[in-house]
Amino acid sequence: MYNRIVLAVDGSENSLRATKEAVKLVSLTPGCHIEVITVVDFSKSKSEILHTQGKEELELKRRKKLATVEEILKQGMVEYTLKFLHGEPGPTIIDYANKKKVEMVIIGCRGLNTLQEMVLGSVSHKVVKRVNCPVLIVK
Amino acid sequence: MIEKLKGNWFFNVKGDVLAGIVVALALIPEAIAFSIIAGVDPMVGLYASFCIAVIIAFVGGRPGMISAATGAMALLMVPLVKEHGLQYLLAATILTGIIQLLFGVFKIAKLMKFIPRPVMIGFVNSLAILIFLAQVPHIWGISVMTYVFVAVTLAIVYLVPLIFRAIPAPLIAILVLTAVAILSGIDLRTVGDLGIIKQELPSFFIPDVPLNFETLQIIFPYSIALAIVGLLESLLTASIVDDMTGTESDKNREARGQGVANMITGFFGGMAGCAMIGQSVINVKSGGRSRLSTLVAGGFLMFLILVLGDWVVQIPMPVLVGIMIMVSIGTFDWSSFAYLRKAPRTDAAVMLVTVIIVVATHDLSKGVIAGVILSAIFFVSKISNIKVLKRQDNDTIVFELEGQLFFASVDGFVDAFDFTATDSHIIIDFSNAHIWDDSAVGAIDKVVIKYRENHNKVTVRGLNASSKKMVDKLAIYNDANAKLSAH
Repeated sequence: MYNRIVLAVDGSENSLRATKEAVKLVSLTPGCHIEVITVVDFSKSKSEILHTQGKEELELKRRKKLATVEEILKQGMVEYTLKFLHGEPGPTIIDYANKKKVEMVIIGCRGLNTLQEMVLGSVSHKVVKRVNCPVLIVK
Repeated sequence: MIEKLKGNWFFNVKGDVLAGIVVALALIPEAIAFSIIAGVDPMVGLYASFCIAVIIAFVGGRPGMISAATGAMALLMVPLVKEHGLQYLLAATILTGIIQLLFGVFKIAKLMKFIPRPVMIGFVNSLAILIFLAQVPHIWGISVMTYVFVAVTLAIVYLVPLIFRAIPAPLIAILVLTAVAILSGIDLRTVGDLGIIKQELPSFFIPDVPLNFETLQIIFPYSIALAIVGLLESLLTASIVDDMTGTESDKNREARGQGVANMITGFFGGMAGCAMIGQSVINVKSGGRSRLSTLVAGGFLMFLILVLGDWVVQIPMPVLVGIMIMVSIGTFDWSSFAYLRKAPRTDAAVMLVTVIIVVATHDLSKGVIAGVILSAIFFVSKISNIKVLKRQDNDTIVFELEGQLFFASVDGFVDAFDFTATDSHIIIDFSNAHIWDDSAVGAIDKVVIKYRENHNKVTVRGLNASSKKMVDKLAIYNDANAKLSAH
């Protein structure tokens, strides 16, 4: 059905549910590959660098946040790649999806940072508005 | 050649030029404020920001990073300027550059990555506190309008970005409030009251100091502190830019570049500077990625001063102070409070000690050095804890060791044994231990021989390959008539 699916996650409850839906969807098409992307927010780079002793530890820390997501994908026997992007979450996901000619974006409806979303609007809302392919928002 | 030029400079022209302009606008108030902190004319900071940014664009190791006059460096210079004046500061700046260049050439800069994280957290926090404290004299007890302008500035810089982000909020605050101050005729201190702005390009001159040993004695301690702090902040900033852009950078080239930039800047009447975390983050966020954005930032800054110098002196001090308070709030690592609760006690202590020493001495380098020494001591004391588990079956006593045996842990090791046993079989098991040096072997000798004196049979087992090699080479307990020497 779909061959290039992007799953945008941040380790939140909603993104776990989005992952489960992605697994269901992919199970319909054998050989489909999921690109899991997660955006490291620019504004967090400084404090994360400050609180880790070197690159390796930082990568491990970030990967740990997504351990549950990876577990769900592995249990669903899904082939996936995990990519860390850098920037502001909304625009970065949109940019990636549009440039890579993705066929579908799957994303949780609400992320980790509720306060920021109240002020700036949710990431998923921005993605729906500006991505050029179908978007599956998971509640 | 052209390919290389493109790869380094022109792969992102639009983003770089725009970001460079945004950074230049944000640099002006900071360059002026840091000059005021250091106790010199605003021109010294502005020339420094121009020279350093332009030079580092060519010689730096981290494209997209912004270097200029900084608060960390300005704070270190205060006593030098107060006691000896500007010329000595310029000489110290040149020497700082030479030291940094040497650090880069001999790859000492790479060692900076071994600076423990609590020290770095303490570094940025104390920097933030010092920048804030430097603003207090410009706020406290001057006039009611001063308080009002500081408050309005803070309101603008924090609230405006929520709805409008095309123009940097500090610039909006400066434009609006300078206009208000001029038009309403409210009596406020201005930048012009604290120094003059010259609308001319910097020119080459040799600092007017006697070239003798006495001068060196005066400037050397400052230069070494400036060199260390400058590299520390620059390499931290480089790591942050690396992470934000997902690219690598050449840290040794950056160290050499910082050296070259400071050296030249000193000859053009600028004060020592380094990379700036805040400005570099602004640059990357605004789309700057290459050397071009750094060059544009420096060039456009100078252009603005040449064109708008007359207006810059009219900026009310309270507005500048408000912006500096924002800078200090942005510099502070607010997750430190959580860190203090969650981190190991020793790490939290190192962080606090670093901050306390810096705030007490107003010298960032002293805090960093104290922090590094303290964490080294904590590290040694942690690793020198050696555990000895005793197990007894019939007349065999087994001691199982766990940890590192070296000069700092031998005392604990020897004390852990009781030498009351007689006529038994003693096994010392090193399976979970490692032997590092002569002191360790000496301690094993001591224990083995003492047990033998009481007619025990002693077996040493479980030594790993390198430990065994060391014991075989140095230990004397295998000699049948070995005796403890009388120390």
